[in-house]
Amino acid sequence: MPILLYRVDDRLVHGQVVVGWGQPLDLARIILVDDVVAESEWEQDLYRMGVPPEMEIVFLSARSAAAQLRTLQADAKPALLLTADIGTMRTLAERTGGIANVNLGGVHHRDDRLQKLRYVFLSESEELDLRALAAHGVTVTAQDVPGASPVPLDDVLKGSGAT
Amino acid sequence: MMSSPERPNGVPLIAIIAGHGDFAAGMISAVEHISGAGRRFVGVSNRDLSPAALVERLGAAVRESAASVVFTDLPAGSCTIAARRLQRDLPELLVIAGTNLPILLNFALGGDIPGAVDRALSTARDALAAHVHTSIR
Repeated sequence: MPILLYRVDDRLVHGQVVVGWGQPLDLARIILVDDVVAESEWEQDLYRMGVPPEMEIVFLSARSAAAQLRTLQADAKPALLLTADIGTMRTLAERTGGIANVNLGGVHHRDDRLQKLRYVFLSESEELDLRALAAHGVTVTAQDVPGASPVPLDDVLKGSGAT
Repeated sequence: MMSSPERPNGVPLIAIIAGHGDFAAGMISAVEHISGAGRRFVGVSNRDLSPAALVERLGAAVRESAASVVFTDLPAGSCTIAARRLQRDLPELLVIAGTNLPILLNFALGGDIPGAVDRALSTARDALAAHVHTSIR
C-alpha cells in the first residue's frame, strides 16, 4: 500500500497525527523526515515515546527519504510521511516526482509568518514553496484533522479561513 | 470551602495539567466540583501553539507555580512532548501522561508529592474498567 498521507506539521508526532489520522487510516508506520531529528538519538526517543507499540516510526533525513521514497511507497505497510516544514516537503517532491498530494496540518505562528488559517501561518518564502509545489503538479490542501474540510491552496493563500 | 494548596510544611502541592483544547480547564473544573481542590492545578492548553510556544508557555507555568509534576493527556500529544523537552532543563520534573480524573483527585488529596504520585498512579490504573450490561435474574 502506498504512503497514504504526506503531511507538513511543525509538531511532528502528536495527537492529531497518531490518533486523529492514525486510527482512520489504520497506519502501521510513520516516516518522519527531518534532518535534525535524523541526527539526534534524543529527539528520536522523544518521538518514539509518542507512538503506540503497534505502529512503527522511522527517521530519515531529507536526502535519505528522497533516495528511499519509491521503496517506501511500495511497502505493504500503510504509512504517513511527516515533515516539520514546507521546504523539506518541497525538496522531497521535486527530487522524487513521486508525491501527488500534500496535506498542511500545522504550521504555527512565527514572527515572519502571516496567519492564513487557524493552524496555518506562512512566511513569504513558504508561500513561494507552496506555489512551486503546485506548479510541480502537487495538490496542496490544508486539513488539520480528518473530520475537517480540506482547504484548497488558493484559499489558504488568500487567508480566507483566518479568524 | 476550597481546600488549601499548602501542605503542612508550607510547600505547595501544585501540579500542571496540560492537554488538548479545554482538557485542563475541564479536569480542573471537575476536580474542584468533586473535591474543592481545583486550585492545586494550573491548566495549560496547546490550542494553536507552535511547539516552541508550547514549551515556553508550559515552562512559564512550571516556574511560576513551582510545580514539580506535569499531568498530560495523550502520551503521543504535543503537551507530553513539550513537557519531556522541559525535563532536559528541569530533570526533577515528573511527567505523567494518560491522565484521568481519578489520578488527579488522588494527587490533589495526597499529602506529599512522591506519595501522592504513587497513590494517584495506582488508583488511576485500578479505575480503568469496562462495564457491560448483565441482566439480573
